[in-house]
Amino acid sequence: MADKIYFLPVTPYFVEKVIEKENPDGVMLSFGGQTALNCGVELFDAGIFEKYNVNVLGTQIDAIKNTEDRELFVIKLNEINLKTPESKAANSVEEAVEIARKLKYPVMLRVAYALGGQGSGPALDEEELKKNAKRAFAYSNQVLVEKYLGGWKEVEYEVVRDAYDNCITVCNMENFDPMGIHTGESIVVAPSQTLTNNEYHKLREIAIQVIRHLGIVGECNIQYALDPSSEDYRIIEVNARLSRSSALASKATGYPLAFVAAKLALGYSLIDLDNMITKATKSCFEPALDYIVVKIPRWDLQKFKRVSFEIGSEMKSVGEVMAIGRKFEETIQKAIRMLNIGLHGLVANNLKFDDIEKELQKPTDKRLLVIVEAIKKGVSIDKIYDLTKIDKWFLYKIKNVVGTEQELLSYTIENIPKELLELAKQEGFSDFQIAKILSSNDGNNMEEKLLQIRSLRKKHKIIPVVKQIDTLAAEYPAKTNYLYMTYNGEEDDIEFDSKNNIIVLGSGAYRIGSSVEFDWCCVNSVITLRKLGYNTIMINYNPETVSTDYDICDRLYFDELSFERVLDIYEKENPLGVVISMGGQIPNNLVMKLNRQNVKILGTSPLSIDNAEDRHKFSSLLDSLNIDQPAWIEAKSMDEANKFAEKVEYPVLIRPSYVLSGAAMSVASNKKELEQYLQKAAEVSKEHPVVISKLITEAKEIEIDAVAQNGEVVIYAISEHIENAGVHSGDATMALPPQFTYLETIKKIKEITKKISQSLKITGPFNIQFIAKENQIKVIECNLRASRSFPFVSKVTKYNFIDLATKAILGMDIEGKYNTIDLDYVGVKAPQFSFSRLHGADPILSVEMASTGEVACLGNDLNEAFLKSLLSVGFVLPKSNILLSTGPIKSKAYLLESIRKLSEMGFNLYATEGTAIFLEQNGIKSEILYWPLYNKEPNVLTYLQDRKIDLVINIPKSLEEEELENDYLIRRKAVDFNIPLLTNAQVAKLFVESISKKKMDDLEIKEWGEY
Amino acid sequence: MILYLTATFINRFRLFLFFNMQLNTDAKLVLENGDEFKGFSFGAEHSISGEIVFNTGMVGYPESLTDPSYKGQILVLTYPLIGNYGVPGKEIENNLPKNFESDKIQVQALVVSDYSFEYSHWNAKKSLTEWLKEENIPAIFGVDTRRLTKTLREKGAMLGKIIIGNEDVKLYDPNIVDIVKEVSIKKPIVYDEKKGNKKVVVVDCGIKNNIIRNLLKRGLTVARVPYDYDFLTDLFDGLVISNGPGDPKLCKQTIYNVGRALKHNIPTFGICLGNQILCLAAGGNTYKLKYGHRSQNQPCILVNPSSSMSDGFPPASPTHLTKRCFVTTQNHGFAVDMKSLSNEWEEFFVNANDGTNEGIRHKTKPFMSVQWHPEHSPGPTDTEFLFDDFVKMLK
Repeated sequence: MADKIYFLPVTPYFVEKVIEKENPDGVMLSFGGQTALNCGVELFDAGIFEKYNVNVLGTQIDAIKNTEDRELFVIKLNEINLKTPESKAANSVEEAVEIARKLKYPVMLRVAYALGGQGSGPALDEEELKKNAKRAFAYSNQVLVEKYLGGWKEVEYEVVRDAYDNCITVCNMENFDPMGIHTGESIVVAPSQTLTNNEYHKLREIAIQVIRHLGIVGECNIQYALDPSSEDYRIIEVNARLSRSSALASKATGYPLAFVAAKLALGYSLIDLDNMITKATKSCFEPALDYIVVKIPRWDLQKFKRVSFEIGSEMKSVGEVMAIGRKFEETIQKAIRMLNIGLHGLVANNLKFDDIEKELQKPTDKRLLVIVEAIKKGVSIDKIYDLTKIDKWFLYKIKNVVGTEQELLSYTIENIPKELLELAKQEGFSDFQIAKILSSNDGNNMEEKLLQIRSLRKKHKIIPVVKQIDTLAAEYPAKTNYLYMTYNGEEDDIEFDSKNNIIVLGSGAYRIGSSVEFDWCCVNSVITLRKLGYNTIMINYNPETVSTDYDICDRLYFDELSFERVLDIYEKENPLGVVISMGGQIPNNLVMKLNRQNVKILGTSPLSIDNAEDRHKFSSLLDSLNIDQPAWIEAKSMDEANKFAEKVEYPVLIRPSYVLSGAAMSVASNKKELEQYLQKAAEVSKEHPVVISKLITEAKEIEIDAVAQNGEVVIYAISEHIENAGVHSGDATMALPPQFTYLETIKKIKEITKKISQSLKITGPFNIQFIAKENQIKVIECNLRASRSFPFVSKVTKYNFIDLATKAILGMDIEGKYNTIDLDYVGVKAPQFSFSRLHGADPILSVEMASTGEVACLGNDLNEAFLKSLLSVGFVLPKSNILLSTGPIKSKAYLLESIRKLSEMGFNLYATEGTAIFLEQNGIKSEILYWPLYNKEPNVLTYLQDRKIDLVINIPKSLEEEELENDYLIRRKAVDFNIPLLTNAQVAKLFVESISKKKMDDLEIKEWGEY
Repeated sequence: MILYLTATFINRFRLFLFFNMQLNTDAKLVLENGDEFKGFSFGAEHSISGEIVFNTGMVGYPESLTDPSYKGQILVLTYPLIGNYGVPGKEIENNLPKNFESDKIQVQALVVSDYSFEYSHWNAKKSLTEWLKEENIPAIFGVDTRRLTKTLREKGAMLGKIIIGNEDVKLYDPNIVDIVKEVSIKKPIVYDEKKGNKKVVVVDCGIKNNIIRNLLKRGLTVARVPYDYDFLTDLFDGLVISNGPGDPKLCKQTIYNVGRALKHNIPTFGICLGNQILCLAAGGNTYKLKYGHRSQNQPCILVNPSSSMSDGFPPASPTHLTKRCFVTTQNHGFAVDMKSLSNEWEEFFVNANDGTNEGIRHKTKPFMSVQWHPEHSPGPTDTEFLFDDFVKMLK
């Protein structure tokens, strides 16, 4: 990896400081997405690169500007007579309205320099345009109003150019969803499926013209709209950087775009670089695929309160999956299962839709399943096309799957003909799906039934084959370990003669609660295993990950992490065992089923894992060990649950078993909510118990990440949440080592951890969460696997916990002295939220996780590390005006001294009525702004809209479902207008303390090794 | 299968899905080494034999199927999903079918993995099945085309046959017959005769229409002549030797005619088979490749010119090879042996992957040829500029 790493915000201020310190010769801007690109452009414009003699490598700034500035972009393409949508740039709302009138509605609004189409969207009329434009100007001072091309096909190319003017297109991709739906929200196939040779090569030729004319060196992505009834096209966008699509294209083709782009930026030519897959040919070629790839975005919209489920021109998805196969039917069914949202494929799901036509017209995250439902209801393909504008070819393929399901329905497990079973497998039906359909969708005893299907197809010799991804469609011999499985083939491409194999299960799609952290764990585990001489086999399907780089492991199966597929691979590879503790909840949930098939599970025994995952068993275990925990009960009936809740007093916490990141974990404040949430929880966790426990608030939350061997704890790290209990640990701001925890508490935590570890005989990574109130410690959660915070604690303490855990699992001696408490510095991990993209979502923290990423920074003390991490997630320090609305009287009092400090620091304070009165009573002056629902000026909303406020501190009144509308409106407005917002009292307090103690200049520029 | 298909199908989905399968008779592909691949028929219902070759292009089946270079060959497409966008109509433009590379399907038969019974495209007039049946060409789907390709790659192009039902046929080897004769026109045709236009003679050894279109597009009059036609009696400004099927050494008359043309210093441009014929006419030799080039992604590196014919290319690097590389579309099994040519000739392009010859040129005279298809269709359009270079060569 890098020689030096700075855990600092990627902002011009900090990057300049690093340049000043390190005096580098060159800088690369196109590898860190939009954030890096924007930062680079700002630094260039400010003359920083020139000042310090830093060369921009690869694509130059003027080329970047020509792609990012919409007006320049159009001018540039007009120079070579290429077509862009008719459009004009506007610098104000009024201008935008005027342009739209000329272009005629509907129009598309685009925001310059924006990531993921933030703020962009179609407008059907003037009212909508005004509303969207106003919001857009909050992010940018320029918007582009253009002719809306909704319904056209959307096609992308990844183009590479070297300094010698050699150009290639590495991959083209076609969106299943038409224009109007952001490509990050679209199902995407590669290569294109409905384009003729003329269309494919016409767009390819244009892509090359564009990359040459713009002078890009490295990689770029170009997006087209293609008329579905002629060869007419428009160039929609060019990204002069590696993008989400390039990551996908790299995995889809086996062509390492980022590696090649980096080499090209250093001046290599495409013919200097070998094709790393074949090791016999060159990088100057265009991969030929002999398979199809389908990407589906993963959304987590149900995790947010009040959010809109519709998908459109802004990105809301939080991750994606990629499936590989040799039939579209097969591939899309695989991809749907990979989403891991309880769907079994295109069919055999229990879903109902009220208004199919409306759902077809206004797509939501469930659109694929709506199409299936429509076909089943007899809606014609033509009609579905009219409503969705999804090319009929895709619809016909979906119809094939529906047809096969209908066919299956007339048989049972006992009498299904071999040919039909084979066809179903070739079309991507899982054993589970087939078993479910053949038993007339009776979902009982599924494990037994799917095993019946498994043995039936083995009897018929219907077994998937392993195929290689070799970039050349088998034209040349290739030494590639990049693999997928399919039923559309007769022969394995590889042999299974190696011994010493270990399978590591990956983490699947990024989603709320499982992001790159688990992938880091998988990769580090693989690295350790490889170093120790094992043959590593990785299974994962997330194209955004490092674990799916084929050079990380010895064999990469880019395939499903399902019981069925893991077993298929296990049977072929015959490994020493399977590591299941690195990839988070998906592998964890397979443990018991795999164990029942005698799969060798490495590390902590499956029985122990079950004892920790099953809420009932775990709570009983704690009781038997005399370890304190919040009062709990297993929810067997509504009546019992309510009685319990009344006894311990609402609010109570509802917790299903075997789930990650608090899916369906909720706080119920009354009987009605309890009823509603219990139902939701039961849906998520059918086979496992749901437990209700007393929600403890106003307590500290503390976590321990540790590695044990044969029950003995070898290394641990204790982190402390800044927020009080009640905020999901994934959303919490964490400090390591703990700053406010008593030594006595730490001692108790260590004792409890030892007890649990010994009793569960843990071998490998684990994580326990505690709450501490007045020196009373209660255990609230325990996972016998790597947790989200393993990379954080490894990086802060500089001990690689995963390396140790892997060695522990292998039985190696890892005894040693590991100092993780007495550090001279502090690490702070802060969550990154994406509320601005989730229209209407309430930006508030609760027991269910909502953040989509995280950052970690180091500092000499808590305040420094905390400020750095806050700046890293895009927080802008306030200059003068702060709006306060500090919630219930307890938090008002809690924050009083902080606010006094703000006042003393010279900030202008604005407050809602109650807060203002409270402040006045305590001798702090503030100006009243009226509640949003009061139609009275000066109003909070007006001040927010006019961007007169630099920071909003809004502490919610209660945890009740019925949030006060006023509070919601303030928070939402702040998010929509990109105004920094703090909603947690502890964080607000720490923030005020930090800015009162530290100025920007006090934030030290130190690399990791210097701490 | 039969037992299963004769079951009564009652619902409409079943009709939709299995109607197709029911029509598709069992079929198989048998290689000369006895290796068998099972599948189902989706074209004309008769057995056939030929040389089995593959192509790894991901688009352009209507163009490939009508490419006369495939004459006598059974074509395997490695891209698994075929038929998606149907088949376009037979409109004529400039006396040539607008959407195809010749007047008919040229392959003996077609082999794919997953055939799309339903197609979708604004330009489509019929399905691939309908077209194949109309032209009496057998086709088979459901084949593990990757296994097949690997076999062909390792053992070299092989003869083989497609057996539909139980009808057996004898093996047929297109490499030992004068196959160019079968695909060349019988009488000369002149396209776009205009006064003042420069005129080129195009020797049709199985020409792809896009070569003619590319010449017409550049304001030339094109006289397309049969492969064995004695064109030296005509008046013209330049000569194009087209692509075509089979072993170049079998085109004795063409080689002889081209040899005579070279003596007259007539500007000459050879394409694919034309590259090999030019080489043979200049006294060189050709040979059969172990791995033929059959794809749309072949990288070809420009070789440093020793003369000044490099207009339009960037400055050369000090080595033998330049840093310029082009992605090309190819379909050939024979290659030029560079060492066999006199030192009046030099290498024009080489293949970046296997180092084989991809084109030759004369050091002082206006003769050049390339081993790939600069006219593309199907494939990348990057080297169309060679036609511009050719026009510049015409005095």
